[in-house]
Amino acid sequence: MSNTENVSLEEVRRVAELSNLELTAEEEPRMQHDLNAVLGYIRQLNELDTSSVPPMAQVSEVLGGQVEASAAALRDDVLRASLDRAPVMASAPDANDSFFKVPRVIER
Amino acid sequence: MQTDTLTIDAVRDAIASKKTTATELAEAHYKRIAAEDTLIHSYLSLSRERALKKAAEIDTLVAKGDPLPPLAGVPIGIKDVLTMQGAPATAGSKILEGYRPPYDATCVARLEAAGAVLLGKLNCDEFAMGSSNENSAYGPVRNPRATDHVPGGSSGGSAAAVAAGFAVATLGTDTGGSIRQPAAFCGVTGLLPTYGRISRYGLIAFASSLDRVGPLTRSVKDAALLLETLAGHDTMDATSSHQPAPKYTAELAKPASGLRVGVPEEYFGEGLDPEIRAAIEKTISQLEAAGCTVKKVSLPHTRYAVPTYYVIATAEASSNLARFDGVRYGHRAKEATTLSAMYRKSRDEGFGTEVKRRILLGTYVLSAGYYDAYYRKAQQVRMLLTRDFLNAFAEVDVLVAPMTPMPAFKLGEKVDDPLEMYLADIYTVAASLAGICGISVPCGETKAGLPIGVQLLGPHFGEPVLLRAALAVEQAQQAGK
Repeated sequence: MSNTENVSLEEVRRVAELSNLELTAEEEPRMQHDLNAVLGYIRQLNELDTSSVPPMAQVSEVLGGQVEASAAALRDDVLRASLDRAPVMASAPDANDSFFKVPRVIER
Repeated sequence: MQTDTLTIDAVRDAIASKKTTATELAEAHYKRIAAEDTLIHSYLSLSRERALKKAAEIDTLVAKGDPLPPLAGVPIGIKDVLTMQGAPATAGSKILEGYRPPYDATCVARLEAAGAVLLGKLNCDEFAMGSSNENSAYGPVRNPRATDHVPGGSSGGSAAAVAAGFAVATLGTDTGGSIRQPAAFCGVTGLLPTYGRISRYGLIAFASSLDRVGPLTRSVKDAALLLETLAGHDTMDATSSHQPAPKYTAELAKPASGLRVGVPEEYFGEGLDPEIRAAIEKTISQLEAAGCTVKKVSLPHTRYAVPTYYVIATAEASSNLARFDGVRYGHRAKEATTLSAMYRKSRDEGFGTEVKRRILLGTYVLSAGYYDAYYRKAQQVRMLLTRDFLNAFAEVDVLVAPMTPMPAFKLGEKVDDPLEMYLADIYTVAASLAGICGISVPCGETKAGLPIGVQLLGPHFGEPVLLRAALAVEQAQQAGK
């Protein structure tokens, strides 16, 4: 990341599309301004040489033996009850007993 | 009944000795909520029927002379990012308006199984994203100690309810400071347990490598009691730890003398309010007087914690919040005639500005061409920040530092500048990234009467020692009054 690059309006629109968000005409320039302000601040991370530092995605990576590694984290493969279907389907905006209903999927 | 000073022990004693009943106590809280929460706005919904049913069960136990569970009749409020079966779960967002989840969060079920009476769901920033509770789609919470000030966030309702006498204790969640900072702003105790210590099954996810559940209480002992109830592995949450949970209240009986206390110099730099600095320095000398040895330590990467946090938290949020699509639960836009338009419109109508901002930022730092530069870089700095703590804890048992750079600010003061709001998280986010435990304990107030909190930090699964040090701070405070 260079220390000067800026997010264009076009990039804001592209990221909104990737996020399935629809921004209004007023929101677009505001989000552009905010993203540039925050990303500019984030770029101070460039001051650090991290070439020999492994990335840390999870706390368990630094705990060594304290947290069990993958195998012990797996539960036994046995049948157990899951949620009842009826209250789950009842929470949906549009559903019948078995399926969630959505608008037309294939657009022409 | 005075509800604003009750502790868990006081409730148990009053119920066991028949000075009051669990039902009377629940009603006294609801009465107070009805009278005063119209101003404070800490509750989003009340679970009166479920609470009174549980209270009646406790009263029957008392009448029969049966043994009482550890939290018998204790009125507790739940942050509205945790599920209670059949009760609204909004996460402070319009996108979940009307949703009633079909199951209890594990922490909710464990509290109730221990006898707690669950009063209702507490206001918070939308999807726990915020430091002032002003991002709630249902309106902000006011700080009970100064009602034109914010209560902090995102667990603002949880902190305010304890401070105002609307619950004896509450559950909050902390992703980047959301339990500890509002606890400091409202003058209550807030515990951030080690990552994995408490199950997150039933927590609406914000950033999964950071999110934690923890209690807000009126005393260190109450925090220890709730941790004792909540800690332990849960088969429904693969990230919950198998480490056995000690009896935390028994650990409190051990003295604080001999503990090695570290003072990280980076937490006392520019921008720290002078009244807060003075209160923290006084607390450090009180710990010394209690027999602790105090030494300076360095956490050299501290200044990089906030930028690191806002890459990792937003990246994870952009992924977690993809599930809100108008299909299985929550808001669906009415007009959309195609599936993709339905997704976009539902999310546009349902999410507030701060949530959209963070989804966009998180999507940006994960997108092709920027992943290594931002996301991977932040993960590497996260490792450096964590090593800072591991190095410090090789020399000391606990760290002591300010909780916030300034006391509670006024409503509306920072809402127009997201970056300035993020910078207020300077003392909270490093511990979140490292996964260590921490606690905010009241340690005085400003001349204007605003509460000040001191932050204590302990190593991974170091809650026993952390709580002992916190108790020493609390006792010194009470002795000084």
